[in-house]
Amino acid sequence: MGTNKESILMNVNLKVKRFDPGDSDRENWWQEYNIDIHEDSTVLDALIYVREYEDTSLALRCACRASICGSCGMKINGSAKLVCKTRIVAVAPNGEQIIVEPMGNHPVVKDLVVSLDTFFNQIKRVKPYLQTDHVPESGEYIASNESMENLLTAMNCIMCGCCVSDCTVLEVDDNFIGPAALAKAWRFIDDPRDSKKEDRLKDLNDEDGGVWDCTRCMQCVEVCPKGVAPMDKIMELRDQAIEIGLNNTNGARHAEAFYESVGHSGSLDELRLPIKTFGIFNIKELIKLIPIGIKSQLVGKRPPIFHKNIPGVENIRKIFERYRK
Amino acid sequence: MFEHDILIIGAGLAGLRAAVEGVRNGLDVAVVSKVHPVRSHSNAAQGGINAPLTDRGDDWEDHAYDTIKGSDFLADQDAVEIMSTEAGRAVIELERMGVIFTRGEDGKLGTRAFGGQKVARTFFVGAITGSALLHVLYEQSLKLGLNVYEEWFVTKLIIEDGVCRGVIAYDIKNGELHTIKAKAVIMASGGNGRVFEPSTQSLICTGDGMSLAYKAGVPLMDMEMIQYHPTTLARTGILLSEAARGEGAYLLNSNGERFMEKYAPDYMELASRDVVSRSEQTEIDEGRGINGNVLLDLRHLGRDYIEKRLGYLQEVSLEFLGIDMAEKPVPVRPGMHYIMGGIKTDVNGLTEIPGLYAAGECANVSVHGANRLGANSLLDTVVFGRRSAEHAIEYLKSVGPNSKSENDLKLEKERIQSVLDRPKGENIAKVREDMAKNMTKGIGVWRDQKSIEGALENLTNIKNRLPNISVENKGKFFNTNLIFALELEFMVDNAEAIIHGAITRKESRGAHFRTDMPERDDKNWLKHTLIYYDVNNENNVRVETIPVTITKWEPIKRVY
Repeated sequence: MGTNKESILMNVNLKVKRFDPGDSDRENWWQEYNIDIHEDSTVLDALIYVREYEDTSLALRCACRASICGSCGMKINGSAKLVCKTRIVAVAPNGEQIIVEPMGNHPVVKDLVVSLDTFFNQIKRVKPYLQTDHVPESGEYIASNESMENLLTAMNCIMCGCCVSDCTVLEVDDNFIGPAALAKAWRFIDDPRDSKKEDRLKDLNDEDGGVWDCTRCMQCVEVCPKGVAPMDKIMELRDQAIEIGLNNTNGARHAEAFYESVGHSGSLDELRLPIKTFGIFNIKELIKLIPIGIKSQLVGKRPPIFHKNIPGVENIRKIFERYRK
Repeated sequence: MFEHDILIIGAGLAGLRAAVEGVRNGLDVAVVSKVHPVRSHSNAAQGGINAPLTDRGDDWEDHAYDTIKGSDFLADQDAVEIMSTEAGRAVIELERMGVIFTRGEDGKLGTRAFGGQKVARTFFVGAITGSALLHVLYEQSLKLGLNVYEEWFVTKLIIEDGVCRGVIAYDIKNGELHTIKAKAVIMASGGNGRVFEPSTQSLICTGDGMSLAYKAGVPLMDMEMIQYHPTTLARTGILLSEAARGEGAYLLNSNGERFMEKYAPDYMELASRDVVSRSEQTEIDEGRGINGNVLLDLRHLGRDYIEKRLGYLQEVSLEFLGIDMAEKPVPVRPGMHYIMGGIKTDVNGLTEIPGLYAAGECANVSVHGANRLGANSLLDTVVFGRRSAEHAIEYLKSVGPNSKSENDLKLEKERIQSVLDRPKGENIAKVREDMAKNMTKGIGVWRDQKSIEGALENLTNIKNRLPNISVENKGKFFNTNLIFALELEFMVDNAEAIIHGAITRKESRGAHFRTDMPERDDKNWLKHTLIYYDVNNENNVRVETIPVTITKWEPIKRVY
């Protein structure tokens, strides 16, 4: 045991974004560290080495070193990662400098440590616990293994906050419940033991910041280190909301108008899409669209008033028909 | 000053299960933890949780016997009986709280085989059972509105007139020190893996609770019983669950032989952990290893099966070693994993100090004796976490109000300031590494008088260096440099108790295998070792022994 004799050291250059609330002279600053470390090391190994031997003031969170505790989410070269499972050779194959920053969309506490208070409050918003009104008389709930295995994809979530860090909606709208909490909600909605499926869907559908606020940018799917794919769960929640008749939202109407337009003409009727989304009587929202209309007219980007079918539209209609069946 | 009925130190499975019990009974409960609850080390348990469910033909006595045999007859049998009889209820309760256990064809909870047991009675969630349980108990804590002092580090227990009355804790986020008074304190602070290097344990497992209780006068029991897990990943030392072997994986030496045939013909790869680890080490020592490892072969299980039932193991193997388990065997070796020893408690979690309880890995009830069976640790946490809280609830009815004294706070402020004020000296990480590598060397899979004495000599040296370690970072906000200095002091106490336990026990039993005394000696050593902190004794240590509680299973030769 101990150090491997054949260990080969490699040089690693880290550029770390620092912040210290006790330092009133500067808001934040960049600091570079140059160290030699075993070539198989992870970014976390490198940061721990720095913290232990180079700069004991560097603050970061880490615990398990095995991608299960969710402590060490950070931005590496601009995208959120668990640094314990990020090998240096994967992000700097030719010895490039590695840029380390705290996660985004979470307030910074110190250096690479962020506050997850808001993150966990958003989790609380979805009532993240089993709610059931049919407790079995004895023993466990009976459920198929498939229905349980299905939930495992969301149960893999370790609440590291990476998805929230890189969520493009949260950058502009901090009321959005966010990908992690919505994936958590999905886990209960799809649990055959839970009795509150409809109430849960209704809350997520009606609530400001609910399932319809996602812009489907895929960032959360991309950065999730545990394969939870939160956006896929959000899309499933939308489908399920519409299925149980929750279609009286901008989001649901938008999806419906999209579907209708393409299904009928083969392309999107961009002029009527917003009207259908907001509703023809929603004067307040429609007035807001007037400046956009004028602007698009001026730059020659106004959609045609008469929306025409595309050539070969019959084939598209056939696809839609087959889908409906 | 803050005040609660029950204060729990640690937010892993034992702590959260205790907390849920307290809140459900209408009490003012708070948890203090140096990390957010879902970061706790309970996460790392992979394989499952044992329970003998009678409605599927299992029997609590069979589980109890497997546990006692696994413990090499050092477990207290009254405690094991309680754990085995309460196991079914505990697992069903977890399922009803929302745990997504893997099911069988009939829609009921499914099981997998685990080491040292003839019956498959391990309930599981893929290879993330600990994480799945921890997150569900955290969900329950949110539902109940549990009060958590998050990222607060406990530096001292408050003991007034021989009764535990709360703690002094340091808020890591802003550097403030506080008094938290409570009528009962439950220690659920986990293990001490960082005392060794390498270890499968989390960087936060620094034996804080064991040291706090020890310094308050509570004995640590059977601390020499250190479990080396047979399958930790080459180089990184990351755990690969026993579930792999439970599902049918082989252990191979460099000749491609399933060497367990020689050592445990009946149980093969599923013998007790101490037995498998020693067998591996023998193969490696006799030149049939591969760069200090043996091979864990899962290929015959098939890719689908591996990914479905052991997904996290595949993730770890791929990410950290670049090996696809479905294609190639994985190099593994024994690694420090768990401590069977801990704070001595009775079957209700009560320590020798009124008002102070302990549960989970930091405690020793003792249900694991000289070797813990895989999947019994999760069971231990939920059964004895709940029992500690239940007993504490009764105790609250008779205990008087807390005093308003803040004397301990003043003393702790001065002590911590003095640590910060030390002149520039030794590096904390260096001192810890020196200690931990020497502990692995001296108190390893094998040990003997010479190696244990070597460890003691080294530890004496470490203790002399301790006052010279310096905290370079003087900041108030998230000063982990200071926390590591305080943790190192805790770890040294743990190391001391471990070494004295090992010196005291003059036999081989379970994980404590002395090559100079290779036989179990029931005549003289069917006993627990107790290590007390005692300033009136040499090295501040006093050693005692007490007999093991035997109910109905007389010790016999242990063969797998």
